[in-house]
Amino acid sequence: MIPAAFDYTVAENAEHAIQLLGEYGDEAKLLAGGHSLIPMMKFRLAAPTQLIDVARISDLSYIRQENGQVAIGAMTKHAELETNDVIAAACPILGHVASLVGDPSVRHRGTLGGTIAHSDPASDLPAAVLALGGTIVARGPNGQREIAATDFFTGYFESVLAPDEMIVEVKVPANTGGWNYQKFNRRAQDWAIVGVAVADGGKGVALVNMGSTPLRATAVEAALAGGGSVADAAELAAEGAVPPVDNNADASYRTHLAQVLTRRALEAAS
Amino acid sequence: MQVSMTVNGDSHSRDVEPRTLLVHHIREGVGLTGTNIGCDTSSCGACTVHVGGQSVKSCTMLAVQAEGESITTIEGLAETARADGIATGEQNWHPMQEAFQQCHALQCGYCTPGMVMAATSFLKENPTPTEAEIREGLEGNLCRCTGYHNIVKAVQSAAEGAS
Ligand SMILES: Cc1cc2nc3c(=O)[nH]c(=O)nc-3n(C[C@H](O)[C@H](O)[C@H](O)COP(=O)(O)OP(=O)(O)OC[C@H]3O[C@@H](n4cnc5c(N)ncnc54)[C@H](O)[C@@H]3O)c2cc1C
Ligand code: FES
Ligand code: FES
Repeated sequence: MIPAAFDYTVAENAEHAIQLLGEYGDEAKLLAGGHSLIPMMKFRLAAPTQLIDVARISDLSYIRQENGQVAIGAMTKHAELETNDVIAAACPILGHVASLVGDPSVRHRGTLGGTIAHSDPASDLPAAVLALGGTIVARGPNGQREIAATDFFTGYFESVLAPDEMIVEVKVPANTGGWNYQKFNRRAQDWAIVGVAVADGGKGVALVNMGSTPLRATAVEAALAGGGSVADAAELAAEGAVPPVDNNADASYRTHLAQVLTRRALEAAS
Repeated sequence: MQVSMTVNGDSHSRDVEPRTLLVHHIREGVGLTGTNIGCDTSSCGACTVHVGGQSVKSCTMLAVQAEGESITTIEGLAETARADGIATGEQNWHPMQEAFQQCHALQCGYCTPGMVMAATSFLKENPTPTEAEIREGLEGNLCRCTGYHNIVKAVQSAAEGAS
């Protein structure tokens, strides 16, 4: 399978990429690791006529700890998160979740900015960033803005990112409080049928594949904050969620999974 | 557009359409057909090559993304082992190729180039893996002859040989 024809330009830096997005408009797509976009283009589910390759912007690939935050450049690859010492010491959940994305070859190419921008509710890392209470830094023609991860995702493959904006950085609070990630699937390498990320001993709980976006399990967080037991709080995992229905699971099975996985994740994190 | 890369130590510069996948470039442009296409949907790993020393599914990368990169395919692996002084056996192969032969880690052989490339990349990152880690390290590579058991044994044997 071969994608539909397109023109290809390498962006020298973020400003250049944003300028090119402005020039080409709706027809253009940024290309980072390509591990979501290229498969979609091969299936002709996406047919941009202009690709802007941002993967070579090396100054957007970094991991730094500053002022109690860990700042991660958008082009940082999953494999780098998995093996980085700063991540392991300051927010180990991110490294662990990265190590469960796809397979090693996927992790050699896929980027943190790409997986956030793609806004697939079945992706692993967006839920970890959400549970940590992270921030997405986006740059556009009029400068830079910071978007709380809780406000970023708006629907299946949709976010608040404007067409001429790009993600340049993802920031998460340094946090080594009790954490856990439960990814439920039936076959190696598969996406989560349901996943649950718990950060900061249960202060942040986020769900994978339980709706049209990655979700904060706010009812669980509130129950725990109010002194409720883990078992009782976990029962509320699917509250307000509209779980997707597909070949793997119907809504009631996903609801059950969310409750069980939330309980397991909370027990492991506390 | 013009794309230049090194494949198994030789530089190749060719005119490609931007939509040309790296695997097609390697097979049809460069003319090395050891890299197979299995699923063509990023799942099976038959197309695995090394880009800058790391395993990549070449059906999920554009040739133009490999501009300036150093690519190793199954055809060049033994040569890298000879250069590193670690080639083994009568055939002077890479120790992983040798281990696959010794452990009967293939039946039809279709998945083998990808398995060997994924396994060599994996051992670079984890030189002393447990059996479970080997199975996870190869989770992006499918063998439809279900030869996983011997494939895992081969990787264990190559790891032990190297340590
Ligand atoms: C076989 C396979 C298995 C996988 N398994 C999993 C899994 O288990 N869990 C999981 O979470 N993911 C999985 N993935 C997806 C993988 O994590 C992707 O790498 C990731 O979703 C996208 O990152 P990318 O850098 O490859 O983005 P690309 O594919 O390059 O881009 C994706 C989208 O984001 C846009 N974009 C990219 N970067 C930016 C940016 N900086 N700013 C704005 N927009 C941008 C692009 O225009 C495009 O629309 C899998 C992929 C494959 C091929
Ligand atoms: S052909 Fe590339 S992963 Fe199957
Ligand atoms: S040996 Fe036949 S597919 Fe693996």
